[in-house]
Amino acid sequence: MSGVDGVALAVFVALFALVTVLGFVAARWRKADLDQLSEWGLGGRRFGTMVTWFLLGGDLYTAYTFVAVPALVYGAGALGFFALPYTVITYPFVFVVMPRMWSVAHKHGYITAADFVRGRFGSSTLALAVAVTGILATMPYIALQLVGIQVVLGAMGIRGDLPLVIAFVILAAYTYQSGLRAPALIAVVKDAIIYVTVIAAVVVIPMKLGGYGAIFDAVPPKKLLLAPEQMSAYSTLALGSALALFLYPHSMTGVLSSSGRKVIQRNTAMLPAYSLLLGLIALLGYMAIAAKVGSSPAYADGFERYGANFAVPALFLGSFPPWFVGFAFAAIAIGALVPAAIMSIAAANLFTRNIYREFLRRECTGKEEATVAKIVSLVVKFGALAFIVALKKEYAIALQLLGGVWILQTLPAIVVGLYTRWLHARALLAGWAVGMAVGTWMAWTLSFKAPVYALHVGGAVVPGYAALWALIVNLAVAVVGTAAAKALGAAPGRDATAPADYGE
Amino acid sequence: MGEARKSARAWQLLLLVPFVGTLWVPFYDALEPRVGGVPYFYWYQFLWIGIGAVITAVVYLATRRREP
Repeated sequence: MSGVDGVALAVFVALFALVTVLGFVAARWRKADLDQLSEWGLGGRRFGTMVTWFLLGGDLYTAYTFVAVPALVYGAGALGFFALPYTVITYPFVFVVMPRMWSVAHKHGYITAADFVRGRFGSSTLALAVAVTGILATMPYIALQLVGIQVVLGAMGIRGDLPLVIAFVILAAYTYQSGLRAPALIAVVKDAIIYVTVIAAVVVIPMKLGGYGAIFDAVPPKKLLLAPEQMSAYSTLALGSALALFLYPHSMTGVLSSSGRKVIQRNTAMLPAYSLLLGLIALLGYMAIAAKVGSSPAYADGFERYGANFAVPALFLGSFPPWFVGFAFAAIAIGALVPAAIMSIAAANLFTRNIYREFLRRECTGKEEATVAKIVSLVVKFGALAFIVALKKEYAIALQLLGGVWILQTLPAIVVGLYTRWLHARALLAGWAVGMAVGTWMAWTLSFKAPVYALHVGGAVVPGYAALWALIVNLAVAVVGTAAAKALGAAPGRDATAPADYGE
Repeated sequence: MGEARKSARAWQLLLLVPFVGTLWVPFYDALEPRVGGVPYFYWYQFLWIGIGAVITAVVYLATRRREP
């Protein structure tokens, strides 16, 4: 691939311009005082079923997912499909747990999960641990969205960091102005483009390659199924990721911005439409194998620069006319902007509520809170940008992998906390610290390159997701610690919530 | 209210079914039978996306409270 295709680029830029306008116009949508954090950072908790569907769909199924999942399938085969069971089981879990979070947050005005932990356990230290974990897990995730944009820009023949910088400056500007309303409105357009792209891809490309049977026949048989030693890795990756998904601050923001419990529950039945989309996108990895993009000299340069992440862009370049390539690449790039905006807002909410207000300025006003959050959202985005421009993207990938391990360690305080406050705040803190250490250590022994750690139990070896192993240790410490705290007669912290606040 | 809550809990047990169907890999780690050239491993998991959505929809409709 050399040179820039004018048609593809024109379509790409036109779509990008359209969503930019939408991003700024969003400030006037459902007009309210954007100098209040619940308006800027949660859209006033008024998003109904359809807006929440678009918002969460755009939020959870990110551009990086759309590039990295088929890339994993392209490289590793069946193991990459763990994304399917992962998204199948996450929604039943969310159906039961998240309406409780919505109710208690609505009642007490909580904007972040750490706000809830602060109220439930009366411990600002535990809330700080939850907030810092959320911010740490989110930052590399934002950086990876940039990797998604970089790959499609590169595939169109655009080199250098300047276009990426421009895209992010625009994103930062309308997020600053419109808050959560911007990604919510853009998500509608983004999803329409993504659905059209994927449906075209899974119809047109198999026709060219001789049907689905021919595609699967072209894949080396070893890649098509899981080896026996991969099975436990597959299911623990799916379970651990499913439990972690809604602990991420950007998912929590999507949940709390909805207008009610029913909106969340309806969405758990409707969001699987995106899982179907994700499954189809995963199949693109096999289509790339069948189309032999890896051995085509035209794409050698792209694969050298971007590795397996170039598989899907190469497949599109080889299968579609230039105008549709521009359309499809715009889908991926805009698909990066929506989650990047929500993630930066979520991280800004955490910093403002659980660090700035809690530890730096107790007496801060609502307006000051919103101003701080807006500025922090800028800092977060430019931090991610600097990271990608200045450092190797492998670091961002390794950190995002660690982020998944870390975020799951907030489950005992957040999810168990929604049901019982039997666990003592200090024991939860100890469990969190041990879980973070164990998970990080496991990832370190794998050189931060793979999430699957082989656990030796007696004589057996069980390979599984490090995040889940760390969570088990975390929970064990929390339970034992609580028993010890109760035996020593340690006073439980003050619980600001009442059983009726959870709304069942 | 107590009865309604008990019945809601019972309905929610249905939500465990997708966990069993997808997390026990030996159920589906096979190539045959294929459907339209697609190996069992793949169409089985795609099928669960639909089953999972239907189950959550059923539990939602059965447990939602009658309110405006």
